[in-house]
Amino acid sequence: MAADLAVREQAGTKQRAAGRPRRTGALTPYLYVLPYFAVFATFVLAPAVYGLWISLHDWDYLLPGKPFVGLDNYQALFDSSSAVFDFFWESMSATGIFTVLSVPLLLAVPLLIALMLNRSFPGRTFFRAVYFAPYVLGVAVIGVLWRFLLDPNLGLVNAILPGSAPWTTALPWAWISLVGVTVWWTLGFNAVIYLAGLQDIPRELYEAARIDGGGKWAEFRHVTLPGLRPVLLFVVVNTILLSANMFGQSYLITQGAPGTETRTAIMYIAQVGLRDYKMGSAAAMSYLLTVCLLIISAFVFRLFREKDA
Amino acid sequence: MNLQFSRRGLLALGAGAGGAVLLGACGDSGPNEKVTGGGQNAAPAPTEYTGPNVALAFWNGFTGGDGPFMKKLVDQFNTEHPTIKVSMNTYQWADYYQKTPAAVATGNGPDVGIMHVDHVATNAARGVILPLEDLSKALNFKAEDFSPPVWNAGVYNNTRYAIPLDVHPLGFFYNKTVMAKGGLDPEKPPTNNEEYLAALEQMKSKGIQGDWVTPFEFTGSMQFQSLLWQFGGQLFDDQASKALFAEDPGVQALTWMTDHVKNGWSPKNVAQDADIVALRNGKNAFNWNGIWTINTLKEDKNLEWGVAPLPQIGTQKAAWAGSHQFVQFKQKAKDDNKLTAGKVFINWISQHSIEWAKGGQVPARAEIRNSAEFKALPEQSAIGSQIDDLHFLPPKPGIADAMATVVTSINEAVLGRKEPAKALADGAAKANQILEQNAKKYGG
Repeated sequence: MAADLAVREQAGTKQRAAGRPRRTGALTPYLYVLPYFAVFATFVLAPAVYGLWISLHDWDYLLPGKPFVGLDNYQALFDSSSAVFDFFWESMSATGIFTVLSVPLLLAVPLLIALMLNRSFPGRTFFRAVYFAPYVLGVAVIGVLWRFLLDPNLGLVNAILPGSAPWTTALPWAWISLVGVTVWWTLGFNAVIYLAGLQDIPRELYEAARIDGGGKWAEFRHVTLPGLRPVLLFVVVNTILLSANMFGQSYLITQGAPGTETRTAIMYIAQVGLRDYKMGSAAAMSYLLTVCLLIISAFVFRLFREKDA
Repeated sequence: MNLQFSRRGLLALGAGAGGAVLLGACGDSGPNEKVTGGGQNAAPAPTEYTGPNVALAFWNGFTGGDGPFMKKLVDQFNTEHPTIKVSMNTYQWADYYQKTPAAVATGNGPDVGIMHVDHVATNAARGVILPLEDLSKALNFKAEDFSPPVWNAGVYNNTRYAIPLDVHPLGFFYNKTVMAKGGLDPEKPPTNNEEYLAALEQMKSKGIQGDWVTPFEFTGSMQFQSLLWQFGGQLFDDQASKALFAEDPGVQALTWMTDHVKNGWSPKNVAQDADIVALRNGKNAFNWNGIWTINTLKEDKNLEWGVAPLPQIGTQKAAWAGSHQFVQFKQKAKDDNKLTAGKVFINWISQHSIEWAKGGQVPARAEIRNSAEFKALPEQSAIGSQIDDLHFLPPKPGIADAMATVVTSINEAVLGRKEPAKALADGAAKANQILEQNAKKYGG
């Protein structure tokens, strides 16, 4: 052991000696990272670790006693007789349903729009602005707006459509509304990212494809899609995370109704932590959600890496 | 519309909140008899302030049409009290209830504020607000000077923490034009169950769905609570250790509401606020809504409407009400001058609450409620006549958490996803678990 250490020490000294002329250079990258790391550590890392600590307690920041309860808060999430079990998993499944329904649409629709907006035609800039416009609105604005439009008895949507549907108060209509509104609201963001990606694809590749006799579809499959891959990874992961964090739309448009079926995980966590002041339990829920999202993200990264290989 | 929304937002704060009560709680002996420690706030009796100049921060959530009325009162107070400078800050109620505990914890809390009655116990237990025993003793306030239910609701663990400013009960609003179209006498709104159901049938025969029932907290859960008390029920026992809302009176109350949909007196799937919007649009005749609706309806110059006390559907009179109450916040360092000035302020506003009533409230103080000036406000005094029939939740910390399950039960039943008895039983089972958690957390 000691010998081992000594060897390493020596090696270190040698390295340092060899690197002497570039000593300042070795530190430079860390100095560049430092400002960001300071912010990251203060506002992400430290709170995350603190949150882990909170999740091991019955935590109300204003009560003098914050009893340590070990893993009880986590156990309760897996104990079907606990007060939080049903509500928590119902909210997780609501988040799951929303994510599964919205992500494919949020990947495909913006891509179609980006492809169209990438062609040159008169008024292109205008249309680019039009599709991006909803994204600049706050969730409060679009939430209240659509709650009025989708009102089952008084709303404009039911007045225009031949039939009438309970858009905000029954399933599956409530999910259709929430997903539809979200796609309309946020497609502009993904479309802009795609558009940037499309413009990075070298023109020569398209020319080459055409010379080789490839049609539109072949161009899309063999030039556009592979060219978008780096952008696609970002869009997929980002869209999944954003969908899994959905809060405002449900909060404002359906209020979690019918019952609590459209109450998302974040909505429930916020209620438990910030309204019922059971922050230990809420922290445990957040960590479980985080773990789920980490697994999904890791899976997506792998998927893309395999494709690359 | 804006007004309506903000007024609703005003109450919406503790989603599960709703104000409700315990029949039994009314029977408690007055809180003045047993006084426990005044703690930090055991300052001398304050009716007048003679100290050096002080500045007070006064926070509230009056973001709606009520804000300007309070601002005017504060300005008048500042003019009459040259040594006290009160500055008012307004937040959305939902933000307010998250902001104030955090501000107090970091030593930046306001001096004086307003809280809804069902938040008083929670904030007292969490050490956010200070006892006000000395103020009520100095001014010799008694339950009868206000109204026993609302006065007693400000007491937690035998100690007074809040002085009532107002009550805001549910009232029975009706659109006279729609009633006339439905073949009813618009000057004679129904007052009991028999007349009520007859009126609904009569309107139905003319093709009018005359009483839209909302599945949402505003104001469906308030209607449910009123009905439950009318049928002689309780939401929780006095100790808030057990949910009682799934018992017979609760089932009767909720069935009465779901029958509206079943019998075609109300459309299905009424969305948030659609009930009152439909009344304003001339599609709906009846609506059980909060007193804050008065000023909203007054904005519609062409609307022919009236408001009455809630009809008696069950075996006794009862109505839901909320109440704004004055509180003083804990500070890092005690400042007797500020505490005294704060109490002078609370007392002064309370004495001048007739101006506040004009903003669409019923003053909590009996002398003001009984004044000719208040009686001259026809809508407010009609709703205010229910003062002795009002109920509030048992003043236990975390009670609003359990109320959230009531809101869900009503939603499920009115939307037709569960039978009333089943919806309430499921909700009560959850509520019992939450009450047990809270008893452990706050120490019984």
